Formats: sequence, structure tokens, C-alpha cells
Amino acid sequence: MRVTPSRLVCQQAVELMSDYLDGALSWRDRRRLERHLAECDGCTAFLEQMRVTITASGVVTPDDLSPEALSTLTELFERYRKSD
Amino acid sequence: MDDTALLARLLDGDEKAFVEIVMRYNESLTRVARYYVGSEASAEDVVQETWIAVLRGVDRFEGRSSFKTWLFRILVNRARTLGVKEHRIVPVDPLTSDRSVSPSRFDQVGHWSEPPVPFTDAIDDGIVNEPIIRMVHEAIARLPEAARAVVTLRDVQGLSTTEVAELLGLSEANVRVILHRSRARIRSEVEANMQVGGS
Repeated sequence: MRVTPSRLVCQQAVELMSDYLDGALSWRDRRRLERHLAECDGCTAFLEQMRVTITASGVVTPDDLSPEALSTLTELFERYRKSD
Repeated sequence: MDDTALLARLLDGDEKAFVEIVMRYNESLTRVARYYVGSEASAEDVVQETWIAVLRGVDRFEGRSSFKTWLFRILVNRARTLGVKEHRIVPVDPLTSDRSVSPSRFDQVGHWSEPPVPFTDAIDDGIVNEPIIRMVHEAIARLPEAARAVVTLRDVQGLSTTEVAELLGLSEANVRVILHRSRARIRSEVEANMQVGGS
């Protein structure tokens, strides 16, 4: 029988998720995590939730600017852009 | 429209392009500035100075880095200078001592006792739904300053871990730890929200 090098429990697995998604895990840790994920629905759901969290973070809705902010910007633009 | 196209329009003297760039980055710039300076008002001053520097210097922007990196570098240089003047001590991230998941969710061996369930209806055709986006951004706004700066640069603006570390003067290892704890915290806030709102 092959010796399995220390199997992960869920509480350890969750600590590797972020680096896993960023491709920053060592080859060995990646393999241990993938092996764990293959047989753990809870951790698979956790990983998916992390993925959704990151994707949602990257959705940027442009800020609405107040009329005052807009007029300040126009002023800046006139002063620093057109005068050169 | 992407940044390069907007920049080209800005160089042609198009004021609307400038306003659009501001709308795109103003909030993220303010959050990152807040890491260095002592108040929201100071952060807003730094952001305004940054826009002036952009207007003055955009002709010299050579595109060797992305516009985004160039922009945040201008901001960080100014914010850091003001922070030093204010004798502000750059905050250490309090999350680093946190667990990313509450230990109560695991049994004695470390297996889930209360396993997470996938966020239902979170994604349609690869697009995350609106309520989750809102929850996530609200959770980011509530993060401590250092964590908020890291998440804003890395996950909101998509800079690399190396760029984030360089901009904030942190080690890459440190950025990765802060990032992980922050993402985990955001995840758990969304999860808690879904349990209240959903089922």
C-alpha cells in the first residue's frame, strides 16, 4: 500500500483556497487540495463561494458624480489641460 | 470602452473622456489613499491632486505599464507623502490574526460540522447576480483599511499580487495572507446575508 502523505482536513483546506485560486500554491499543496476537493462537497462549495466573491469584487459600477464634483472636474480640466 | 481608448480621447482634449476615467477610478483611489492618510478629507485631497497630476502628465505616459498601474503609483506617492506629514502610522492589518472560517463550523477533527452550501443563483451565464455584487462591495467597504486597500487593488482593480505588494510596500507573502483573510471574511458576510434573506 502506498503511503498517503498527510491528508488535509477541511479546516486546513480552507486556508489554501485563496492561493489555489491565484495559482500561488506549491505543486505538492495543490495536489493535496485537489485530492481533498475531489471527495469533499463542503470544501467544493466553499471554493465556489470564494470564486464568486472574487468575481463579484471585480465588477465595478462607475461612480455617479454629484453636479458639484462634475463642475470641479470641468474646472480642473480647463485649467490643467487646455492651458498648456 | 477600455482605458487606452479613453486615454486617446483625453489626449485629443475630450473632457467627457476625463470624467469617465474619474468615474471609473475615483472610489478605488480614495480607498487606497485612506490606507496612508488619517481622514476621508485628506484622502479626497490626495485623489484630487492625483487627477491634476494625470491631466498634467498624461502626455508623458508612455504605456510601458498599464494606465491603471501608473495611476495608482501617482496616488500612492502622494498619499504616502501626506501620510508622513500627518505623522500617520500606517495601519497594520488586524485580520491577520483572524481565522478565515469560524472554528465553530468544524468538528473536533477539523471536518465541516456545518458545511457551506453553494450560493444559489449566484451566477447566470458567467455573470454574478446584482444582489451578490452589492453585498460583496458593501463588505469590502467595511474591511479595515489595510485589507480594503489590498482587496481594492487586487480583486476590484485586478492588479497582480506583485504590483499590489510593491504599491503598498508589503511583502508578497503578506499581501497573500491579507487577501485570503479578507476574501474569506467577505464570503462569510455574504453567506450570513443569504441565510437571513434567503430560504
